[in-house]
Amino acid sequence: METKGKKILVIGSGPIIIGQAAEFDYAGTQACRSLREEGYEVVLVNSNPATIMTDEDIADRVYIEPISVEFITEVIRKERPYGLLATLGGQVGLNMAVELSNQGVLDKYNVKLLGTSLEAIKQAEDRELFKEAMKRIGQPVPESDIFSDVDKAVEFAGSIGYPIIIRPAYTLGGTGGGIAHNEEEMYMIALRGIKLSPIHQILVERSVAGWKEIEYEVMRDSADNCIIVCNMENIDPVGVHTGDSIVVAPSQTLNDIQYQMLRTASVNIIRYLEIEGGCNVQYALDPNSNQYYVIEVNPRVSRSSALASKATGYPIAKVAAKVATGMTLDQITNAVTGETKACFEPSLDYVVTKFPRWPFEKFNLADRTLGTQMKATGEVMAIDRTLEGSLLKAIRSLEIGLDHIALKKIEHETPEQLLERLQLIDDERIYVVAQALRAGISVEKIHYITKIDLFFINKIKNIVMVERDLAEKGLDADVLRRAKRYSFPDTVIARYAKTTPEEVEKARKAQGLMPTFKYVDTCAAEFEAHTPYYYSAYAKEDEVKPLGDKSVIVLGSGPIRIGQGVEFDYCSVHSSWALRKAGMKSIIINNNPETVSTDFDTSDSLYFEPLTVDDVMEVVRKENPVGVIAQFGGQTAINLAGPLAQRGVKILGTSVDSIDMAEDRERFDELLAKLGIPRPVGALVTSHEEAIAAAKKLNYPLIVRPSYVLGGRAMEIVYNDKELDTYMKEAVVASKDHPVLIDRYMVGMEVEVDAISDGGDVCIPGIMEQIERAGVHSGDSMAVYPPQHLSKDIQEQIVDYTKRIACGLHVKGIVNIQYIVANGELNVIEVNPRSSRTVPFISKVTGINMIEMATRISLGASLKDLGLPLGLALQRPYVAVKAPVFSFSKMGLVEIALGPEMKSTGEVMGIGHTYADALFKAVNGANMRIPEKGQILITVADRDKEEASQLAKGFIDLGYHIQATGGTGKYFKDHGIDCTIVNKIHEGKDNCADHVRQGNVDLMLNTLTYGKRPERDGFQLRRLAVEMGVPCLTSLDTAREVLRVVASRAQEENNVSVEAMQDFNKE
Amino acid sequence: MKGKLVLADGSVFEGLYLGGAPVLGEVVFNTGMTGYQEILTDPSYADQIITLTYPLIGNYGVYKEIAQASKPYARGMIVGELCTFPSNWQNEGTFEEYMRTFGIPCLYDVDTRAVTRTIRDHGVMKGIICPLDTPEETIKNLLDQPLPRNQIMNVTTKWEGFRGDESADFHVAVYDFGVKENILRSLQAAGCRLTIFPADTKAETVLAAKPDGIFLSNGPGDPKDVPFAQEEIKKLIGKKPIFGICMGHQLLALAMGGDTFKLRFGHRGSNHPVKDLRTGRVYITSQNHGYAVDEASLAHTDMEVTHRSVNDGTVEGMHHKTLPVMSIQYHPEASPGPTDNLYLFDEFKDMMRKGC
Repeated sequence: METKGKKILVIGSGPIIIGQAAEFDYAGTQACRSLREEGYEVVLVNSNPATIMTDEDIADRVYIEPISVEFITEVIRKERPYGLLATLGGQVGLNMAVELSNQGVLDKYNVKLLGTSLEAIKQAEDRELFKEAMKRIGQPVPESDIFSDVDKAVEFAGSIGYPIIIRPAYTLGGTGGGIAHNEEEMYMIALRGIKLSPIHQILVERSVAGWKEIEYEVMRDSADNCIIVCNMENIDPVGVHTGDSIVVAPSQTLNDIQYQMLRTASVNIIRYLEIEGGCNVQYALDPNSNQYYVIEVNPRVSRSSALASKATGYPIAKVAAKVATGMTLDQITNAVTGETKACFEPSLDYVVTKFPRWPFEKFNLADRTLGTQMKATGEVMAIDRTLEGSLLKAIRSLEIGLDHIALKKIEHETPEQLLERLQLIDDERIYVVAQALRAGISVEKIHYITKIDLFFINKIKNIVMVERDLAEKGLDADVLRRAKRYSFPDTVIARYAKTTPEEVEKARKAQGLMPTFKYVDTCAAEFEAHTPYYYSAYAKEDEVKPLGDKSVIVLGSGPIRIGQGVEFDYCSVHSSWALRKAGMKSIIINNNPETVSTDFDTSDSLYFEPLTVDDVMEVVRKENPVGVIAQFGGQTAINLAGPLAQRGVKILGTSVDSIDMAEDRERFDELLAKLGIPRPVGALVTSHEEAIAAAKKLNYPLIVRPSYVLGGRAMEIVYNDKELDTYMKEAVVASKDHPVLIDRYMVGMEVEVDAISDGGDVCIPGIMEQIERAGVHSGDSMAVYPPQHLSKDIQEQIVDYTKRIACGLHVKGIVNIQYIVANGELNVIEVNPRSSRTVPFISKVTGINMIEMATRISLGASLKDLGLPLGLALQRPYVAVKAPVFSFSKMGLVEIALGPEMKSTGEVMGIGHTYADALFKAVNGANMRIPEKGQILITVADRDKEEASQLAKGFIDLGYHIQATGGTGKYFKDHGIDCTIVNKIHEGKDNCADHVRQGNVDLMLNTLTYGKRPERDGFQLRRLAVEMGVPCLTSLDTAREVLRVVASRAQEENNVSVEAMQDFNKE
Repeated sequence: MKGKLVLADGSVFEGLYLGGAPVLGEVVFNTGMTGYQEILTDPSYADQIITLTYPLIGNYGVYKEIAQASKPYARGMIVGELCTFPSNWQNEGTFEEYMRTFGIPCLYDVDTRAVTRTIRDHGVMKGIICPLDTPEETIKNLLDQPLPRNQIMNVTTKWEGFRGDESADFHVAVYDFGVKENILRSLQAAGCRLTIFPADTKAETVLAAKPDGIFLSNGPGDPKDVPFAQEEIKKLIGKKPIFGICMGHQLLALAMGGDTFKLRFGHRGSNHPVKDLRTGRVYITSQNHGYAVDEASLAHTDMEVTHRSVNDGTVEGMHHKTLPVMSIQYHPEASPGPTDNLYLFDEFKDMMRKGC
């Protein structure tokens, strides 16, 4: 088929939210490249700037525009693609394709939907159609029915008996679903599910909780060839969302009869649905018979396919994209062997464990129980020749302060307490299982309570037995060997054997116990592999050849979490590419299966390993690189710089001493004093008493946080002694090793700068101004480039300070500085001698590839060598706005009000020729769904009332009607603003919450009153808004900008304009 | 007990040994991730030492129903980790006990990937598994011994057997060169009753049973070890519809005047793609063969290639240009492996329906 000049539109998945993370950057990037390989011209739409796929060289035309019908229609009108590929952009991409088709856009512009047909998609996604289809081909599905009426749903549930699973149709990661054990729960969950489903439908289903949960990743092409890429078994039985389950691949407890039974079912299903591309089928298998149910089919590339790709080495997205264009599997080469074809089934000769990464450490009040609604923000994967080894590697890859399957806080619990604790299905269950085994509770008892398969519990018991043997026999040769085969780090061995890691290292070296590295090759060594994708194992043979004397290790950023998202993966990938461009060989170490950095063709060597000092050191020993680059993998990588340097590893770029100078409070203050640069006054305290004393000197309000932070973890603003007291007692444990920072909280405008420096000068591609005032974490703020409210003088001062700080710190590479402008004075708040989350945004907007340049400088180049402009780069003739995106609906009991602690999971970008245009796109892309008129409920803290009244007038002018609670309402009325006063929640019936519940509120403006306890009215109201899908603004600044958008749109006709990044950057 | 694998090229792999005296065999590898019991009991592995590439073996225990013969004919097993706490509702005991019961030695705790890579690079070779302290001389003497041949006569049935009931649609005569249990079951499931003959049965005897079709089974070793079988097959061509699997396929090729050759390291696993050239469709197949039919040698015969391996292009199936004779190299009966290829049994039935 002639492909040259034919355009294909690829829809990305938009911002990262829980249930839809970096896996679609991986999938989209592979898809775009795969299509271009075949000669197609690729047009991409994705609103997420923090991705590799939105790089200008990934697609021919890159549109960073909102993923909505009106914007994509405009792209289609402009580009006139011949085909649309929608199955690689997650649920968002798929829903968009359905929507475009329903609205006749595809027909109107004669766009062909590539790959799986809409009919097939509907059959897989629509519960009723799916059930019918499964019936027709004799595939069992649990008894269920579809409802859009709550009462009927409850009645049906009663007729088939509890427990009952409720799943809303067409939602991500099971949003709004749940398991009901009685009528009351049933009513609540059904009500919420119907509300959250875009088609207001829920599936009410017999629960098979406790059964084995098994998944198959299937591929099919237009010639009806079908293959299984991988099957997977969840350690957590049915009942926990697969995204929240610990999963192993391949399945471990299925015999060949069961394996083939489900394989055949998968093939029959994908054939019947006529899916062309990748597809994921989930089963519940009775542990006591061969009875099974088909739980779900995802007719697209999914999170599981990303995992299956990395678990097997089979590039699912790449192959799926080619299949969508009509190629057949036997025409596509297996990139791993270079000889065999993509039409085969990978064979694994290792065990893979996937472990979810939850954000609970940031939300200490969150509901941690796991169920049908996914709560993880990301995941890690680990590979080993033993299951124990891969599980332990996965745990220490999580970066949750654990180096082993042992949780300190339950160490001293009694068997009774542990038995009690085992009943609870939450993020800590696996550690409780291990602790229960340590406490002598039997494998059978644990199985009886948790329903986790005996096989897995026995595997954990193996780990516990090694701990015991280490404690009893010390560094006995045999025990040591077993410990290493289970991937115990030396530090953990030392802890159990009551010795030092150095002694352990000596002992194992004496017996030649060193890790070997093996290939992930899709074929269990049957064919020679050409893809440099490795894992470590304590085995006989090391088959990996080091890259030689020009190699550099780039440390990745680990799992996606709040505060460290896909943007750091973007940075690692660019650094790897830059190294290759500079004639070096790049080595990536990372453990996140969802990312582009862990694609085997991103680097010259990929080591899929935990990012701990021990694990990284083994790779360093193996490869003996020129050095290690630690400034692009977020806090994960930068935290490793010091310990690695201590062990004699060369850190390229900014030195460890400089990093320490930026992060050590006292040294940093000294530096600033020397440079004559002001910062908010503050103190470093190591005890509760010191904190209270410091507060007296500094005066409230204060910002308090632990030192060495990421994403403002446990950071709060306190207004009085009582709040400080609570914070010091509950949020942190201050000590000599872990001091707490207390700073004066300045009210002003925050400004963020990312700069490249060679230690002698700086290049600042652009300055970003934050829309929300100081106090809202920069990751949760909207930001605009170029600044809209900064005087020329201040901008010059920013450049001057940035240069002085970068040179003062001897930065060699990249640096991120946050400023605050308060009362006309510029202050420095924070300096991060590493890449930041705004790097992809500013790189894309200004066209300066910051990571490439910083990598070159790390290798020794100067700004001049690279031809970079010194100082502030020329301002671009357009405006870009970055807006945060949250996942509050997936997290019960979480405070949604913005504050110094970061809460957003992703971001979008809006770019246009005017500020208003860019802002409109950002708000639209962030899916804020602000109606043009309607009812707005305003309830604000006393200090915000004056400002709120100005906003209220604006909303009235637009045609909004104001509802306000007592205090706010009275203030409004006193100031001549028309409003209806409604009761607060505690004031009884017909209160504001009832209004929200009844659907009488379209928009909410609610600011925080202090004391973040769930029982408070404000908190309850904000949570209610989330549950009911009512947009809720918690910052007056956000509200002001939203008002501005709605007002400006009201004046114009509803036309939208789109422009490719390639065109913007020409300007 | 500590043990080791010594390969003919001198490489040594240490592990733990479950067994007694040293054993010699041709060391091969299988890449299937499930089905260790089926593999061990498949008579086609007679006299071989099987390396399993998946490192966790024994996880789901053993289950009498899935054995492919009444006892294993393999010489030994080499595995990564041997599970002592199997978990599956069909489990009837550990794989370790199972091997012990049949006296199959097993070397475990081995870097099986390293073994596999050695075989891949050097081809299948002789090897012994033995206790670690086995004297060098014993090892050397053993390695100097030739590998046994003529396995077919050891594994074939000693007397005629019958399966299925009279009401079945077809009567199939099975030449047992080491037939797998699931082939017999698959034929029965397809509506056939079976008369099973020893490998050295005369064609006349088979035809005297008045079958609707003749099935040539799988089996171990080199097809050229049993020249008598070729001769009998020749006599059957054109008399009755014939369907051959694996060894049956190779013997058919020889009978038709074609040739076979030994593959470097064989095809053994559950993930081999095969293209049906008649439809262009690719099927994932279960395979276990060390020899293959030489495609060039078929040029001057009446056979034409119908299936080809997508991996290395070797012949995976053929049929007669005019007569109802067909054969395939792989295992549509699965056990272990994917069940996508049962359609071939239907094709055999179609041939029988039409007759010669």
